[in-house]
Amino acid sequence: MASITLKNIVKKYDDGFPAVNNVSLDIADGEFVILVGPSGCGKSTLLRMIVGLEDITSGELQIDGRRMNEAAPKDRNLAMVFQNYALYPHLTVYENIAFPLRLAKDTNGGGSVDEKVQRAAKMLELTEHLDRKPANLSGGQRQRVAMGRAIVREADAFLFDEPLSNLDAKLRGQMRAEIAQLQRSLGVTSVYVTHDQTEAMTLGDRVAVLKRGILQQVASPRELYEQPVNLFVAGFIGSPSMNFLPATLKEGTGGTVLSTPIGDIPIPADRAAVAQGKDLVLVGVRPEFFEDAALVDDAKMSKGSVFTAELSHLEWLGHEQYGYIEFEPDEKVRRLLSELAADMDADELRPQVVTTLSAESRVRPGRPVDLWVDTSRIHIFDPESGENLTRDAEAGAELTRMAAEERERELAAARERDGQKA
Amino acid sequence: MSTETLTPEEAEGQKHAQRARRNTSIGWWVITIVVAVWCLFPVASILATSFKTPGELSNGKFLPDNPSTGNYEEILVGDSQELFLSALWNSIGISIIATLIAVVLATLCAYAIARLDFPGKKIVLTVSLMVSMFPVISLVTPLFNLWRSIGLYDTWPGLIIPYLSLTLPIAIWTLAAFFQQIPWELEQAAQVDGATPLQAFRKAIVPLAAPGVFTTAIIAFFIAWNDFVYGISLTSTEAARPVPAALAFFTGASQFESPTGAISAAAIIVTIPVVLLVMLFQKQIVAGLTSGAVKG
Repeated sequence: MASITLKNIVKKYDDGFPAVNNVSLDIADGEFVILVGPSGCGKSTLLRMIVGLEDITSGELQIDGRRMNEAAPKDRNLAMVFQNYALYPHLTVYENIAFPLRLAKDTNGGGSVDEKVQRAAKMLELTEHLDRKPANLSGGQRQRVAMGRAIVREADAFLFDEPLSNLDAKLRGQMRAEIAQLQRSLGVTSVYVTHDQTEAMTLGDRVAVLKRGILQQVASPRELYEQPVNLFVAGFIGSPSMNFLPATLKEGTGGTVLSTPIGDIPIPADRAAVAQGKDLVLVGVRPEFFEDAALVDDAKMSKGSVFTAELSHLEWLGHEQYGYIEFEPDEKVRRLLSELAADMDADELRPQVVTTLSAESRVRPGRPVDLWVDTSRIHIFDPESGENLTRDAEAGAELTRMAAEERERELAAARERDGQKA
Repeated sequence: MSTETLTPEEAEGQKHAQRARRNTSIGWWVITIVVAVWCLFPVASILATSFKTPGELSNGKFLPDNPSTGNYEEILVGDSQELFLSALWNSIGISIIATLIAVVLATLCAYAIARLDFPGKKIVLTVSLMVSMFPVISLVTPLFNLWRSIGLYDTWPGLIIPYLSLTLPIAIWTLAAFFQQIPWELEQAAQVDGATPLQAFRKAIVPLAAPGVFTTAIIAFFIAWNDFVYGISLTSTEAARPVPAALAFFTGASQFESPTGAISAAAIIVTIPVVLLVMLFQKQIVAGLTSGAVKG
């Protein structure tokens, strides 16, 4: 078990391009940290620098407080699960798992190789496959062998490099749950690289969002979702992603309204205050902040406001339905949105608003409908800097603190279980 | 059971497909047979000749009238025995040593080329290609003089060194291509698992590269085994003369008899190890040539 500290880590390639730029990150003992970002954001490079497969251009990497920049991979005592598993095709499952033990034959403490392999195999339900070669295994089984090779060593930390991206959707969900349970029961510090935000949200104690080598925000999934620091994080986290609407502040009947292409939305005074003095702001509204006004109960109604819009089309999914509102942005906003889309590695952001409506709603496209929007949770962004003007840092920190407490509790429970077993 | 539900049109379509398939397979057979005859006829002819008596050599028939093993006796226990057996020993020894050195050097070199980014990587590859393109005959005369003055003439090293110039380039090229197919991650995984770079190479890469190394070794062996120009130019006695060169020194029983029969017999004997090698290691060679098998 170990903590990992990154201090101003920079990776520059020969052409001078900084793949990772001044990243500082403290990973506590037993914590599960996710590195997430669109492809080419430097998340894998960062992971490979931690494990020692890439040199660190500048900055310092500490494992348990000791500088590790120059240590060879074998001296860092970290275990890594590769994207394509990197199993040794000429060895059986048993030998694949035993491989690190055999290499370290003079240094491993108590317990024979066989005992450890059997224990790892049992934990991963691989016992009956121990004599097979990796080529004869299914994707999920190979994935487990790769995990087995990592856990058998009692390494200081686990590093995962997009371990689930080669699996089909169903298996991915299953393995995701297994990895989460395994990490908790072993209590090992873990760093996990992914571009899949579902994995990031479900697995991580904290998630580090990277964009073009620069760390954007490190926080618990909840904080990222509810208090994103800028446009990029807001757009990257969440699916369907947050809607961004160009808006101008206007004094309307009964208070301040945001005039957007889909209609005027009255907003509370505290939200309006931050947008004061800017001629254009971007309003970030998550799809689920919308609801069919007819279905909102009175208690909730007062937290938001109602506006009228026309849905262009509707997708009914059974448990909810997506309603789409199209709008015509001006040139400047269009450019801004397509830049954002490029950053997020997404296709062109269509100038449309996605709304998640209750499945019971009987609204129909092509007719004006009354939609309610929860204005207490919307965010307002500065279109130039992308900064979130309405971010409540304190509330965000509180969410992350809660996640940390939760982790402590789970780790303590795991330790207790271990204690009982022993 | 599925045929019952076929409409007549579908059945007709299937027959067409089957016929087309049969036609292509017939085509392949014809081509295979033509190629086989083309390649094997000279061998068969030499085999037949090796059993002929001196009198039958020019009778214009393919098969000997009275097959005799006289030619084999001649080279194995008869007058030419000394010439042939020592040459056989030279050939085996020199080819094996040249192959081993070439494969070991080429493995290290190809590994570096496949894995490392170092200045001059292209030059190594280009130079090795250039060496193999150089006409052997143009090198022989200077080598002959050089070897004589430094005492390598008519010795085993005197042949092993030029053979390396023939075998190394092809070995480097085949092995570099082979190593490039082995996923980098395996080695990195081994290093993360606690291996030194050398251990990672030995435990993760060598076992996977074995078929490729094997194929390369066999190809290199054939090249050394089949060489004639160096063999005849850089040797003068039984001390180092390999079989292909020794064949040219066979004489008939008398001055007026051509040694064709004995040469044929010797040619058959030197072909045997090559055929055996290929048959024994056919599986590895095929695996080596179709090495996609590395991917998990």
